[in-house]
Amino acid sequence: MARRRFIQAINDGLIEEMERNPRVVAYGEDVELSIMGDMRGLHERFGHDRIRNTPICEATLTGMAVGLASAGYHVVVHMMFSNFLYTGMDAIANQMAKLRLMTGGQMELPITVLAGYGAGSANAAQHSDTPYAALMNLGGLNVLTPSTPADAKGLLKTAIRGRNPSFFLEPSGRGGDLGEVPDGEYLVPFGVAAVPREGSDATVVAIGRMVRPALAAADSLAEQGIEVEVIDPRTLVPFDEATVLASVERTGHLIVVDEARERCGAAAEIAALVAAKGFDSLRGPIRRVTTPNVAIPYAPNAEAHVLPGEERIAAAVAEAVGRAGKVPA
Amino acid sequence: MATTGLDQAAESAGGSAGPSGDELLRLYERMLLIRRTEERLRDDGAAGKLPGAVHLYIGEEAVAVGVCAHLGDRDYATSTHRGHGHFLAKGGDPKAMMAEIWGKAEGICRGMGGSMHVADISKGILGANGIVGAGLAIATGAAFGAKLDGDGKVSVCFFGDGASNQGVLMENLNVSTIWNLPVIFVCENNTFSEFTPSREITAGRISDRARAFEMPTAEVDGNDVTEVWRAAGEAVERARNGGGPSFIEAHTYRIQGHFEAEAFVLSSGGYREQEEIDEWRAKDPIDRAKGRLLETGAATATDLESLDAKVLREVDEAAAYAEAGTPADPELAESLMFATGED
Repeated sequence: MARRRFIQAINDGLIEEMERNPRVVAYGEDVELSIMGDMRGLHERFGHDRIRNTPICEATLTGMAVGLASAGYHVVVHMMFSNFLYTGMDAIANQMAKLRLMTGGQMELPITVLAGYGAGSANAAQHSDTPYAALMNLGGLNVLTPSTPADAKGLLKTAIRGRNPSFFLEPSGRGGDLGEVPDGEYLVPFGVAAVPREGSDATVVAIGRMVRPALAAADSLAEQGIEVEVIDPRTLVPFDEATVLASVERTGHLIVVDEARERCGAAAEIAALVAAKGFDSLRGPIRRVTTPNVAIPYAPNAEAHVLPGEERIAAAVAEAVGRAGKVPA
Repeated sequence: MATTGLDQAAESAGGSAGPSGDELLRLYERMLLIRRTEERLRDDGAAGKLPGAVHLYIGEEAVAVGVCAHLGDRDYATSTHRGHGHFLAKGGDPKAMMAEIWGKAEGICRGMGGSMHVADISKGILGANGIVGAGLAIATGAAFGAKLDGDGKVSVCFFGDGASNQGVLMENLNVSTIWNLPVIFVCENNTFSEFTPSREITAGRISDRARAFEMPTAEVDGNDVTEVWRAAGEAVERARNGGGPSFIEAHTYRIQGHFEAEAFVLSSGGYREQEEIDEWRAKDPIDRAKGRLLETGAATATDLESLDAKVLREVDEAAAYAEAGTPADPELAESLMFATGED
C-alpha cells in the first residue's frame, strides 16, 4: 500500500497504461502543464506524439477521438471540467454512443474521457455540473465515478484497457484527497460496487463526491444507534444491481445520495431499479438526497445551501428509519 | 476563377496530365455504378420497398469517384448522410450496401445503420454520418492516427456546403493545419443546405475559409471527373508526403431532392425551379466523361453500351440479393452497444 493523492493515483494509472500500450495517446486543453494535476509529467515522459495540448475546441476534441480510435489508438481525452462535455456533445451522443451499433459492430471506440465534475469550490454554474445522468441515458457509454484514489487508479486502468468509450469523472476539488492505493498492478472491474461501511438499519447509496459526506453521516448516526450501510457504486454504467438489492433486502430502507440535480438523475434511476426489483424488501419510501433543480450558485453559502451534505443525509436516514418505528437511542 | 497565391499549386496541376484513357474508363464505370445503384434506390423507394429515407447523390458522382481513385483500403474517408457514392467509390460492396438499405441481416452494418450510416471499416470507410459536419473531426482524428503511424496513409473528409456553416469546420481547419495532418477536406458544394439554397445562408466563398488558415486550396468543377481527379491527386500526394492538409471545393449540383419523397413534406412549397435542374442536367458528369472517352477514342460506343449493361446487371444482382435477404436480427441492438473483453 502507498498513500497517494487522488490526482497522483490517476497519474500513476496513466503512466502505467501508457508504458504498457504504446498506442495509448492522450490530449486535451492544457494537458502538457496539466492544470488539473493528473497528467503532470506525462508530456516530458512520453513526448508530443502521445500527449499534447489542443486548441479550445471541444466539439473537435470528442470528434477526433472517434477518428483516432477508428485508426487503432486508445484515446485519452481530458475535457478539464465536465461542463465542457456539453460543447463536445455531438461526438459523445451521436457518435461515441452509437457508432458501434450503427456499424453493426464493426467499429470499436476505445476512448477514455476524463473530466472534473461537481460543486463546492465557488466555481459557479458553468464549472460545477454533475452531468453523469445525461451520459447514462445515451446507452453506449461506461460512466465511472471513483471516490477514492485506489478506485481512481483501478477504474482508469480498466477503462484504458477496455474497448468502449468510458467517462471517467473526477470529483472537482478532491484532487488532494489522500488514500491507500494497493502496490503493483491494480485494476477495479466495472459494475462492482464497494461497501465502505456495513450496517443493518438503512442502505445509503452515495455516488462519487457524496461518499465522503455519507460516511460522515453514518458515523454520526451510529452514535444514535442507527447502523447505516454505505454503498459506493463506483460505476453507474454498468451498475451493480445485486449489491444494492441485497443490501436493501437486509435493511429495508434506501436513501440515494447524488450531487446531481434531482430530476431524471442517477438517484431516480437507482430508486426506480429498487422500486421495481426490491419492492418487497422496502419498509418505507425510497428517499433521494440531491441538488434541487437549480443551477449552482456562486456565493459559497448559497452553493452549500443547495448541495447535499452530511446533515441532509443524516436527516433523511433518521426520518426513514424513524418512520419505520426505530427510535434513535 | 478567382484565386489567391495559395491556389497556384492547384492551378498548375490543372496543366498536368489528366487520367489515362484506361483510368478515365475506370472512373466512368464507377460513376455509372453509383448512378445506376441510386436510380434503383430511387425507384424502389418510390415503390415503397425501402424501410427508410434515402438521400441520393445523383449528379455529384464525379466528386467521390475523382477523389477516391487516389485512395486505397488503408486510407480513411468520412462521408455524409448522402453517402452511397462515397461508399461505392471507395470500394464498398454494392450488395452489402443495398442489403443494408433494405434493412437486412446481410447488410454491411447488419441492418443496424441503414442508408445514412453505411460503413465498411475494413476498407477505411468510417461511415456515412447523419449529423451534418460530424465527419470533419472524425476525419481529422483518423488523420492524426495516420500521422502517428507514419506510413503515408491519408484521410479524406467529404462534406457539403451545409456543413461549411458548422463551427466545427473552423476548428478542424485549425487543428489539421497546426498539426500538419494528412487530411483532405472535400467540400461538395451542391448549392443546397437541405431545403434552402446555400447562397441565402452562406457569406463569402466557402474555399476562402480554408485560405484563411493558409491551407492549399483548390476550387474545381465538381461535375468534371478529370478536374476533380487532378486536384485530388495533388492533395493526396501532398498529404502522403508530409505536406499536410488540403481543401478542395467542388462545385456541383444536387439533381434529386434533399431526400426522396420530399414532395410529401414540401406539399405545394418549393425551393428551386425546374429550369435550374435542367441546366445542371446538361452538365451531367457521366455524360461529360462519356463524351471525352468517345472523343479521345479511349472507348467506342459499343464498349460503353456493354459496360452499361454490365453495371446494370451488377445493380440488379445487388437489389435481388437485398430483397431476398433475411430480416435483421432484432435482438442484435442490445448486444452491439458494448464490445466485451480487453483490447
